[in-house]
Amino acid sequence: MMKRRSFMRASLASGVIALAAATGSLVSFSAQAAKPIKIGFSMALSGGLAGAGKAALIAMEIWKDDINKKGGLLGRQVEFVYYDDATSPSTVPGIYTKLLDVDKVDLVVSSYGTNEISPAMPIVMRKKLVFPSLFGLAVNDQFHYNRYFQIMPAGPEPKLDWSKGFFELASEQHPKPESVAIIAADSDFALAAAAGAKENAKKFGFKIVYDKTYPPGTPDFTPIVRAIQAAQPDLVFVASYPPGSVGIVKAAREVGLKAKMFGGGMVGLQFAGIQKNLGPMLDNIVNYHFWVPAKTLNFPGINEFLKKYEEAAKGKGVDPLGQYLPPYAYAYMQVLGHAVEATHGLDQAKLAAYMHKHTFNTVVGKVKFGKNGEWAQTRMLMTQFRNVKPNDLDQFRKEGTQVVLYPRQWKSGKMVYPFSK
Amino acid sequence: MLSVDLLSNALVAGVLLGGFYAAVAIGLAISFGQLDIVNIAHPAFVILGSYVAWKLNSTLGFDPVLVGVLAAPLFFLIGVAMYRIYYAAFERTGQESLSGLAFFFGIMFIIEVGIMLVYGVDYRLVSAGYIGKSVHLGPVGIPFRMLVPFTTALVMTGGIWLYLSRTFMGRAILAVAQDPLALQLMGADPVRIKQFAFGLAIATTSIAGSLLIIIGPVEPSIGRDYIGRVFAIVVLGGMGSISGMFIAAMILGVVESVVSTFAGPSWAPAVAFGVLLLTLALRPSGLFGRR
Repeated sequence: MMKRRSFMRASLASGVIALAAATGSLVSFSAQAAKPIKIGFSMALSGGLAGAGKAALIAMEIWKDDINKKGGLLGRQVEFVYYDDATSPSTVPGIYTKLLDVDKVDLVVSSYGTNEISPAMPIVMRKKLVFPSLFGLAVNDQFHYNRYFQIMPAGPEPKLDWSKGFFELASEQHPKPESVAIIAADSDFALAAAAGAKENAKKFGFKIVYDKTYPPGTPDFTPIVRAIQAAQPDLVFVASYPPGSVGIVKAAREVGLKAKMFGGGMVGLQFAGIQKNLGPMLDNIVNYHFWVPAKTLNFPGINEFLKKYEEAAKGKGVDPLGQYLPPYAYAYMQVLGHAVEATHGLDQAKLAAYMHKHTFNTVVGKVKFGKNGEWAQTRMLMTQFRNVKPNDLDQFRKEGTQVVLYPRQWKSGKMVYPFSK
Repeated sequence: MLSVDLLSNALVAGVLLGGFYAAVAIGLAISFGQLDIVNIAHPAFVILGSYVAWKLNSTLGFDPVLVGVLAAPLFFLIGVAMYRIYYAAFERTGQESLSGLAFFFGIMFIIEVGIMLVYGVDYRLVSAGYIGKSVHLGPVGIPFRMLVPFTTALVMTGGIWLYLSRTFMGRAILAVAQDPLALQLMGADPVRIKQFAFGLAIATTSIAGSLLIIIGPVEPSIGRDYIGRVFAIVVLGGMGSISGMFIAAMILGVVESVVSTFAGPSWAPAVAFGVLLLTLALRPSGLFGRR
């Protein structure tokens, strides 16, 4: 009897324990299922790059809403944890440390721009995390990190590919231009772009007759443009940030710059507000871009995305059209999302292996990464402004105001040459 | 590469740039130079002036300079109110040196964040018929984008210089800068005079802001680029001297322009600040400062 009673007690106890364990694991499982996937990042929401940073954030939020409407990733909702890096590289390491050690995010992506991406690299590398990055120029040249994936279509040799189109187009002109002036802002991105331009100039046989940098905060570019004019270059390659780009374009028109090609790596000439204000001053400038309205670039989902972006951007004081950065900010989240779904988890090694191996369909077209995490094949567009009307934002929504000249695969028109007729 | 044409263009561009610097620095010459108030938020007020000019230019088509002049009285009142707070909280209790500096840092951040929240972070530019056009005098080209700010700065500096040297209130401002106690003994209220002078200093930022946005695009934090420059101009000119400030602005503008043209733009700030250090080594009170 005692034995029987003991047996019953033991059975009851083990049953309770088993039930508790099962319930516990069920509770734990359901908690796990309900727990959102946290993606952490820093973003320039104030300071000099805030215009681009806020626009990028809008695009990322659109992706988050889209993915959550579809049920999230791995059946879990996606949540963002982000902090303003105030366009100050010194704040970035602290932010990523907090994201990983305090906020315990599951995944990280980068802030916008070379200067903000580089400082995050040592933190991310130490934790061996996959790091999708947004518009860093040749950042991985220094780190050689095999879990870095850069969404800007600069190509496998970003420094060179950035300006290759400009010089290749110039070399095809008859008679072939002979000399080039290179002017760059004194900052990481512009110096890297200028370094690549110098190599390309040599490769394509152009003599460099002017090679200078300017400090941030330069208010008047007239003396610089006059000095360039005095060197009589056939080509003028500029690597600049928005205030410098606007100042140089205005000074070039005021001075009457006599160059056969002008432009190259000017950041800001892709922003709708600046385009609208500069108007006809932009005519014939050949400059890089990542997307313009053109039949050759009509990727699935891009127009729907831009429609959503324009709606979301209203009244937020950011680029109203968002053709430059936002589609890529959406795309780098798409890439990460696809990889998570395909690998059925958050294992960083599996994610990295998958991202290296596969091609991703995104709103900016097919994305395939090379060994160094840059696009396996460059798609640095060289576009030319044509017949720009003053004070007309709508013209930039339509095909024709910016013509794609390079690469040939994406070409939508012929170049008007020379710049100053 | 040295040619007479290039040199004359560099000199003219430097003078025009110097005029613009003078417009930005004149308010600080009053607040910092004469009233001894370290208004680190001065460039942030200039940016606020730029945004007012942008708003009325983009919505109503007003000329930016006209907006700057029309908004100046409003900025004057803001300056008066700000001085009242500064006086009550810090100056009266003798805590103006460090706490006052922190106060103006705070004001700077409030202005930047305020602009960001109201107008966003995109670059803002203005349209005016003269932007992008030039006038040529022989080999020298003068862009209206620089000529308009220079002319406005010249009128503003001349006007303030005349006001300070010829009117009772102007002389009282100069007197309060030298000896507030003596002024009080003469029956004048130094606080009211300083309040008026600080209002005047902030009023100039409305016009300076409108000139800045004519020259190039602005975003909420771009004022920080000018903090070092404007303080350097005031110190180089000699604390409290309006004419000294104007000449210092010209020197800085010309040095930057000539160095940019002939040696390269990245050398320009180094040489300009080298001139400042050299001047201060030879004349510690600045070019026209009181010894």
